[in-house]
Amino acid sequence: MATLELRNVNKTYGSGLPDTLKDIQLSIRDGEFLILVGPSGCGKSTLMNCIAGLENITGGAILIDDQDVSGMSPKDRDIAMVFQSYALYPTMSVRENIEFGLKIRKMPQAAIDEEVARVAKLLQIEHLLARKPAQLSGGQQQRVAMGRALARRPKLYLFDEPLSNLDAKLRVEMRTEMKLMHQRLKTTTVYVTHDQIEAMTLGDKVAVMKDGIIQQFGTPQQIYNDPANQFVASFIGSPPMNFIPVRLARQDGRLLALLDSGQARCELPLGVAAEGLEGREIILGIRPEQITQGTGEGNGLPGIRAEVQVTEPTGPDLLVFVTLNQTKVCCRLAPDITCRVGDSLNLQFDPARVLLFDAASGERLGLGAGNASVKDNVAHFKSR
Amino acid sequence: MHSSAAKISLSRLAIHAVLLGAVLLYLVPLVVMLLTSFKTPEDISSGNLLSWPAVVTGIGWVKAWETVSGYFWNSIMITVPAVLISTAIGALNGYVLSMWRFRGSQLFFGLLLFGCFLPFQTVLLPASFTLGKLGLASTTGGLVLVHVVYGLAFTTLFFRNFYVSVPDALVKAARLDGAGFFTILRRIILPMSTPIIMVCLIWQFTQIWNDFLFGVVFSSGDSQPITVALNNLVNTSTGAKEYNVDMAAAMIAGLPTLLVYVVAGKYFVRGLTAGAVKG
Amino acid sequence: MTTATAQLRASPLDALQRWLPKLVLAPSMFIVLVGFYGYILWTFVLSFTTSTFLPTYKWAGLAQYARLFDNDRWWVASKNLLLFGGLFIAISLAIGVLLAVLLDQRIRREGFIRTIYLYPMALSMIVTGTAWKWLLNPGMGLDKLLRDWGWEGFRLDWLIDPDRVVYCLVIAAVWQASGFIMAMFLAGLRGVDPSIIRAAQIDGASLPRIYWTVVLPSLRPVFFSALMILSHIAIKSFDLVAAMTAGGPGYSSDLPAMFMYSFTFSRGQMGMGSASAILMLGAILAILVPYLYSELRSKRHA
Repeated sequence: MATLELRNVNKTYGSGLPDTLKDIQLSIRDGEFLILVGPSGCGKSTLMNCIAGLENITGGAILIDDQDVSGMSPKDRDIAMVFQSYALYPTMSVRENIEFGLKIRKMPQAAIDEEVARVAKLLQIEHLLARKPAQLSGGQQQRVAMGRALARRPKLYLFDEPLSNLDAKLRVEMRTEMKLMHQRLKTTTVYVTHDQIEAMTLGDKVAVMKDGIIQQFGTPQQIYNDPANQFVASFIGSPPMNFIPVRLARQDGRLLALLDSGQARCELPLGVAAEGLEGREIILGIRPEQITQGTGEGNGLPGIRAEVQVTEPTGPDLLVFVTLNQTKVCCRLAPDITCRVGDSLNLQFDPARVLLFDAASGERLGLGAGNASVKDNVAHFKSR
Repeated sequence: MHSSAAKISLSRLAIHAVLLGAVLLYLVPLVVMLLTSFKTPEDISSGNLLSWPAVVTGIGWVKAWETVSGYFWNSIMITVPAVLISTAIGALNGYVLSMWRFRGSQLFFGLLLFGCFLPFQTVLLPASFTLGKLGLASTTGGLVLVHVVYGLAFTTLFFRNFYVSVPDALVKAARLDGAGFFTILRRIILPMSTPIIMVCLIWQFTQIWNDFLFGVVFSSGDSQPITVALNNLVNTSTGAKEYNVDMAAAMIAGLPTLLVYVVAGKYFVRGLTAGAVKG
Repeated sequence: MTTATAQLRASPLDALQRWLPKLVLAPSMFIVLVGFYGYILWTFVLSFTTSTFLPTYKWAGLAQYARLFDNDRWWVASKNLLLFGGLFIAISLAIGVLLAVLLDQRIRREGFIRTIYLYPMALSMIVTGTAWKWLLNPGMGLDKLLRDWGWEGFRLDWLIDPDRVVYCLVIAAVWQASGFIMAMFLAGLRGVDPSIIRAAQIDGASLPRIYWTVVLPSLRPVFFSALMILSHIAIKSFDLVAAMTAGGPGYSSDLPAMFMYSFTFSRGQMGMGSASAILMLGAILAILVPYLYSELRSKRHA
């Protein structure tokens, strides 16, 4: 197992073309599970290919176990990869697929057989060893692809959207299995996905990417609770964070955000950290689960009355949509609340959980004292 | 609705009639060739194209074989190596052009593609000069070289178009497993290439065996392929024409490719339509 | 913070792997550059020389081209090409499309019928020419057959008639190539979305009308491919002429390919032969370039 460090990694496809990867900087420790997540075209697969050595970087360095591998060919980097399409060799049996890399490395046959047996037992594919890939289901092919990677016992594992081709139910099952396997084997892993749930549940560290730049790098909780910019805040979390454009007012030396539901108004105190923000276009960010049903005055939380426009009962929750400041806002409430379209609902916010973003740049504003780690992270990255 | 049912079956009858008629028209030349080859010259003069032989005799065939057998073997000596070599090179080229692209490889492919449309008349003279300088004029080796060179465009096209549809995740996985250029070719790509290898072999065999232009320009005397020998036999006007011998010789010349077509026809069709799609 | 150790130099084997694709392609690149384009250039140069039996590199300007234009046989060959090519392409297309449309009607034994239509393509043009030369033999061929069957006084001497001999070439060539056109169009028809046909039927159109107005127009790319291939075959036609008529009677069935061979190799007129070859190339380019241009244009617009 090994550490992975990316230092100022840059990649361009040609002069005159825009950078595909810009100043990628991150490092993970031995045994950590890193997730690269982002929308299509953000560069995560390209970065993965660069780590693997399948593509060249135009600047910076990639270090595996403190060794600069930037100039090395893929086979010398001691890396194994699982592809989205599994890429199993179609004319070979499952056993031959798993053996292929070991045979090239001139491992003695007895050792190869041991490895195949070990991996087959781990992934429960012993009964499939004689079959060809075309005879396997999607889930079985995925396991064989993983077996091929595990048999090599490499320093680093790379997964390129390995669950994307599975149906929803299988995907959830495999996700848990992957987590279990990582806990057992403690393998250093880089995992690419566009699914933010996989990112949150599987990763020790998450790097959110957009347009070839790492928008934020941190633990899943950090990314969720302290997003560095509006993009990260909107990408992670389902249903996504609400973004409400607000005007600011000053009262008794405090800054307030003004909310208007059409039925009522509310003034949200923004705390000391919000100094110096007057005059800017501000976006207020609040997650649906941070809006609760008002229990009446008494708990000191600011509240507002709003008209229910859409209700979506999901089973575990009730999603209620209202309009604040002419923006659609989603509220995640307890499922036993009875309300119908047209009813007026009392909603409450916790001002401590509210986030502020600059409307023009999307940057996170007014970070409080308790967010030191996020500040450090954010300071590294030029967000857009 | 009697009338529409009747109309439908009438039109289907008409369709079948036309198709069947066409079948007969396409078969007639072959039938005539066979019939004529089994007659005696007197029988030919007294009967007509479709008359059954008065006596079914093989003397036409015997005489034809005596005349052209040497050239038949020439054709084999030319065709077999040329087919194998041009297919092998085409496979290598197609492999590189689809999976190991580099700057300039696309341009090369474009230049090669253009070569599929080459009228060979434009290269005959320089090619014959070159063969002369290489000491290969009028040899089967020279003809093999020519067929390999000018078959490259098609064979490369076949393989490249086939390999382009192979997902490149497969090559990436192999490279990560540690496989190099030739290992990937040998252990992964070639095992899955059987369909296109068949197409290429059959297409090349048919093209090279049936060739006349290169044969007549680049060979002479004893090194001529059977197409040239056939033409010489049929178009020399010494003595009385022996049509039975002519037809038997034509059959001998045509049987190998016809046999290949009957046995492996679907690969032949795939080759034609593959070339057509690009064309 | 640990500092990275010295970067491992790539092994010499890696360098070889990087060069391997280029090395493998190199011989073919050489062959293409020399054997295709180099030789074309060489022929081009020869067409401006005074070469006769042997190549000489004395500049002759456009003299060889002028001699071509003054040569009656070249004119006959060129006119024949237009006549032969035009008829060959038109009739092959018509027959091929018709057979394909008919076969598309879910016929039993379609595979068997298709095999019959296509087998001529497997034969050499020499064999085809030889067969049809016999079939069209004046006096012993088809005319005798039809006379024996009752059509008194039927004569078919096109093969020795200078004004009609080209039609014989057309018949043989169409017999050989129409099956292939049929195969191309059948494949194309099979790719047509059946719901288009159903929609037209609901609109009340009859099947022939649907084919003519809806289906066939959607096969325009196939038409162009077929046109390209047929034109190519027509321009290159040498084997067929050699076998059937050797350009005769006289040179009334001559074609440019035959002319080139004859003048270059039999008559020792390399300069003129080269010029004729270059003109043939020009003819092919005249068809190829607009086709490629329109293909590229449509791709850019798409």
